[in-house]
Amino acid sequence: MANVLVNAPKTAKRGSIVEIKALILHPMETGFRPGPNGRIIPRNIIERFTATWNGTEIFDMEMSPAIAANPFVSFFAVASESGTVGLRWTGDEGFVVEERVAIAVE
Amino acid sequence: MDRRRFLAGTATAIGAIVVLPLGTASATPEAMAGAIRKVVGASQVREGRVSLDLPPLVENGSTVPLVVSVESPMREADYIKAIHVFNEKNPQPNVFTARLGPRNGRAVVGTRIKLGDSQKIVAIAETSGGQFWSASADVIVTLAACLDEAT
Amino acid sequence: MIARHFGIGLAIVFIASYALAQGMADKGGTDKRRSGTQDMGGVLQKMQDDDTANPGMLFVQLGGELWGKASGASGKSCADCHGSVASMKGVAARYPAIPKGADAPVDLEGRIDLCRTANQRAGSLTSESRELLALTAYVAHQSRGFPITPPDDPRLAPFRARGEKLWQARQGQLNLSCAICHDDNAGKKLAGVTIPEAHPTGYPIYRLEWQTLGSLKRRLRNCLAGIRAEPYAYDAPEYVMLDLFLMDRARGMMLESPGVRP
Repeated sequence: MANVLVNAPKTAKRGSIVEIKALILHPMETGFRPGPNGRIIPRNIIERFTATWNGTEIFDMEMSPAIAANPFVSFFAVASESGTVGLRWTGDEGFVVEERVAIAVE
Repeated sequence: MDRRRFLAGTATAIGAIVVLPLGTASATPEAMAGAIRKVVGASQVREGRVSLDLPPLVENGSTVPLVVSVESPMREADYIKAIHVFNEKNPQPNVFTARLGPRNGRAVVGTRIKLGDSQKIVAIAETSGGQFWSASADVIVTLAACLDEAT
Repeated sequence: MIARHFGIGLAIVFIASYALAQGMADKGGTDKRRSGTQDMGGVLQKMQDDDTANPGMLFVQLGGELWGKASGASGKSCADCHGSVASMKGVAARYPAIPKGADAPVDLEGRIDLCRTANQRAGSLTSESRELLALTAYVAHQSRGFPITPPDDPRLAPFRARGEKLWQARQGQLNLSCAICHDDNAGKKLAGVTIPEAHPTGYPIYRLEWQTLGSLKRRLRNCLAGIRAEPYAYDAPEYVMLDLFLMDRARGMMLESPGVRP
């Protein structure tokens, strides 16, 4: 059950700088913790978070097990033209989640 | 790690620091110094331009908000192309690497990290011109009195 | 150097929490009770107050999806009967309560599960399951900012009284009662942490230690384990009794669900 919370302005002035914040439900299991049976719980993390603006990559983050569970990322972008911000999380065990938000630039 | 291996490791780290002028990394354990060296190569790392916003006293190390801000015009001619964050006491020294460009407008990245213990955190920004700037912060992680033992 | 930073940090935390306490005391008149929120640092308060940063909101959102999803043999969703979740405003501030036709109180989770088994005719949701927590958070979020108002139902009194007795009873290998920490020594430090007054204002809470959302029941189980007592079974009535007592003790305080706690 993928669950994402994205916060970005719906409208922005051309050339202004907007903040984009994203939260995603994910355990970020480090691969260093023993489970109840004493064995190490296998690593299960998001390795990469990528943001695009109308298809062009504008931000990318390589994550490690040191990123907290339910990862939160905030970054900025220049509102160059109206369009879609695409966010993509990929990680262990074939984890892929994509989310899109529209921003109208006037 | 036994004492001898620790001493040998420290010696290697000190040796490396003598060879590579790492600046801020001089007081950090070997793993973090090694991870930083991998990113910056032989370049000099200067203190400044980067600010690392972390609470000085952390109530729970499992979720520690962190914001890295770098002074930069973020224009084609001069921008921050990457921000790297390292820690010295977690099992792995790398925390994250963010890649940015002029389209970000501001070289600011926020996230939340895990800290296993009180320790030093280092942020290094890489400019489009190939320079490295850094900031570090000491964080104290307080321990909870009643830990969740049921899970 | 580290010791100095620590000292300065502590001083800042102390001044900040003192100032906040003063502010709240003025606002609330003579009410000196403190929500756990007031014992947290500014960073965590900000995380709780910003819906785009509060990880508990992920569960609220998930609860919204489940609210509209048909379940069980009835083929009905929560929304089919209750309409918009706005119909749930204030509900979390009134639980635990005795459902119609029953003779014992249930907590909010129990009420949701009852609706699910009796009305939707679906399988019971496990304690602390993501679904049950999400639905509870979705409903409780509607009461954010509402004062806690336990129902005026005399049938609740004996259950509440038993809850208070449990609260006062010494138990476990450490031979401590809830009251010894959270009444007698609240506000003091245990290890590096301020002992909170234990008002259930934020449940379900996103507890950083858990790295997920959890119920008051889970928190009570942690406390019991902390004093080296054996936690009651998940379906034990003791949790509801303690919940009743605590909600009465917190009467009039504002709900903050989903709260963030260290």
